[in-house]
Amino acid sequence: MDDRPKCLIIACGALAKEIVTLQRQLGLPDDAVTLQCLPADFHNTPNKIAPAVESILKNKRRDFDIVLVGYGECGTGGALDAVLKKYNATRLPHAHCYEFFSGSALFEEIIEEEIGSFFLTDYLVKNFDRLVVTGLGLDRYPHLRDAYFSNYKNVVYLAQIEDPVLKQKAADAADRLGLKLVYKYAGYGDLAVAIESTAKGVAPNYGQFHVRR
Amino acid sequence: MSDDEIILNDLNDGDLVEQMKDDLYDGMAKEVHEGTQILLDRGWDANQILSDALVEGMRIVGIDFRDGILFVPEVLQCADAMKGGMGLLRPILAESENSASTGTYVIGTVKGDIHDIGKNLVGMMLEGAGFEVIDLGINNPVENYLEAIDKHRPNILGMSALLTTTMPYMGVVIEELDKRGILKELPVMVGGAPLNQEFADAINATSYGRDAAMSAELAKALVGKNS
Ligand code: B12
Repeated sequence: MDDRPKCLIIACGALAKEIVTLQRQLGLPDDAVTLQCLPADFHNTPNKIAPAVESILKNKRRDFDIVLVGYGECGTGGALDAVLKKYNATRLPHAHCYEFFSGSALFEEIIEEEIGSFFLTDYLVKNFDRLVVTGLGLDRYPHLRDAYFSNYKNVVYLAQIEDPVLKQKAADAADRLGLKLVYKYAGYGDLAVAIESTAKGVAPNYGQFHVRR
Repeated sequence: MSDDEIILNDLNDGDLVEQMKDDLYDGMAKEVHEGTQILLDRGWDANQILSDALVEGMRIVGIDFRDGILFVPEVLQCADAMKGGMGLLRPILAESENSASTGTYVIGTVKGDIHDIGKNLVGMMLEGAGFEVIDLGINNPVENYLEAIDKHRPNILGMSALLTTTMPYMGVVIEELDKRGILKELPVMVGGAPLNQEFADAINATSYGRDAAMSAELAKALVGKNS
């Protein structure tokens, strides 16, 4: 019997590959954490996130020592945090993945410079057609481009890994939206902190939360 | 174009209004425009076309959006269709003497936020309810609201926020209005998907608008013009 803590990670499908990669990079054994993912499509319907997380926690919380929920606040209007409190679980810091990948300082710098920034991560670059083009109905109604993006100037690709193929795909995505591509290597940011800490059985400490004014 | 066989002009008034609501739901801007023109030609009052066909159609769209039956792109199509009819009615409404404005409504998305689809929809329904809508657009610091209040003397101020990080700024604006003694006389409505009544209460907003149709009703009630 080993005495390692039993860790459960319930995450947005958009983070699945990143979490597995981090596990390897951190040298954690494959069975160090149990990973369960929810559909990434919940991004567009955030009211589904908290109930889905709760239904897993309800069944499984007692089987684990520590639970990390791989979501930001994600527009759940406080519902996700209420579930976490009820089941003694923690989540990733910040409002959304763009900020926990880039860190508040870089995120704020980008927004200060150009508020009309639309963010992509590795996952979103790979799944741009499904989540952005189809998800927003731009395939069916191309004329809606302006209704969505007339306030935007840049696509900001916050890369987790340096990959020229993905960079090219991001450039194509920016083109598709008629926006300029800005490339920033971000890495995994607070996601790495969270995985490492959770695997040790310690609730992650991300330092000072940043409240934007 | 699946409804090619339906000749709108052949329908009686009641059926035509029903058909227009269906067409609006299906995002058929051309058909809604045509139906609006037919009703005008038949001598309908512009206000009545607006409320019975367009606003009522959009109210149904709002319910199905809330219930997850329609999604954002479909709602945008419906909004386009409604605009198709509004384009015809607006000049008539502006000219007619008996359509005194319900009131003036200043609306804008708060600083740091550039989501505007919901705000635009609310603006359209407010216009449908007879408000003169002053739209400040996106990313508004408190100064913009103050300036607009000074200039337009609105009956209501509305703020929209879709990000967890920008919601608190609504509270900042309300505090400033309070400090300046404006809040006593000016009702403030707030809205946006991540908000709820509890949050609206916490920041001392007058009311929280869950969707566009309900927001228009609440606004009418606030100016004492509820039918
Ligand atoms: C469409 C959308 C976009 C569009 C916006 C287009 C536009 N011109 O507005 C695009 C794709 C461009 C976009 C961009 C971003 N978005 Co966005 N977006 C959405 C989405 C899917 C729907 C919002 C929407 O338009 N709904 C349709 C309208 C009709 O509904 P509504 O806005 O709620 O408005 C209704 C009511 O709330 C109310 N109401 C609204 N305003 C007001 C005002 C008043 C006064 C009243 C009375 C009522 C009222 O009435 C409206 C009509 O019924 C939401 C998720 C969701 N389902 O909410 C995410 C969401 C809001 N976005 C989010 C994010 C993170 C972003 C980005 C950062 C993503 C990115 N990749 O860069 C950027 C913003 C970048 C920036 N620089 O700020 C997050 C926010 C997370 C959080 N914790 O805050 C959400 C929740 C998605 C998620 N789950 O992560 N987004």
